[in-house]
Amino acid sequence: MNNSYYIQSYSHIRKNHISLNGATLYSDTEDDFSDFIKAGYKHLNTEYSKFFKMDQLSKLAFLAADILLKDEPEKNVALVLSNQAASLDTDRKHQESIKEYPSPAVFVYTLPNICLGEISIKHQLYSENGFFVFEKFNAEALHVYANSLIDEQKAEKVLCGWVNFDDGKYDAFLYVVAKKGTFVHSIAEINRLY
Amino acid sequence: MSELKLELKEKIIEQLNLEDIAIEEIADTDPLFGEGLGLDSIDALELIVMLDKDYGIKLADPKQGRTIFESIDSMAAYIEEHRSR
Repeated sequence: MNNSYYIQSYSHIRKNHISLNGATLYSDTEDDFSDFIKAGYKHLNTEYSKFFKMDQLSKLAFLAADILLKDEPEKNVALVLSNQAASLDTDRKHQESIKEYPSPAVFVYTLPNICLGEISIKHQLYSENGFFVFEKFNAEALHVYANSLIDEQKAEKVLCGWVNFDDGKYDAFLYVVAKKGTFVHSIAEINRLY
Repeated sequence: MSELKLELKEKIIEQLNLEDIAIEEIADTDPLFGEGLGLDSIDALELIVMLDKDYGIKLADPKQGRTIFESIDSMAAYIEEHRSR
């Protein structure tokens, strides 16, 4: 196992704050996630009209990833995301809609890994990707998987982390693992940054 | 007919989450797919559901959508002719 990789950068979206490497990029006091994430999207000049069609989990993952990838020239960036609630929030919306007229636009988001596709389309990534569902944030699993992808030359860099959305509650922590960077890529460091 | 066209523009913007587009930016003859509003295949399915839910029109063959959803003009004309509510 090669442990000489680094965390190049990291982002958080939680408690009405959007931050990059610990520095706040946007914050407000909106109670509603939809209003907050839309305001954050506009503030960050993201300019991707498909954003408004996404479900809440994808909006969360997309924006947290976009902060890290918007100036990233490397395209062989694998995506390894995880959460606890899978796509449950959207699953409930779909369950509600099928009582009358099911919405195709809701149905297509009834899998958590759809958010990986949204990120890949925007940043034109044709890379490895995986989405895991854990009881809680699992730095050990992410650490092993990211190291393995780079060790096996499946990717030059790996965008990893946690994107959880359920019933209005949200938490995103994403980071890029690379061969060069600021922080040592270790389980302790991942947990500290989380 | 012009009321129906306005109604369709409002519904399309709201139901298809076209947050960046205003009603006045959609011309009656603008293509809804491709170069025009840039709608995609999931949007087409949403429009089929909308025809059923709001106007009582069931499309037996989804391929009919290609001509019906060409523009606001073509949608309004089809709805006027076939609506049951």
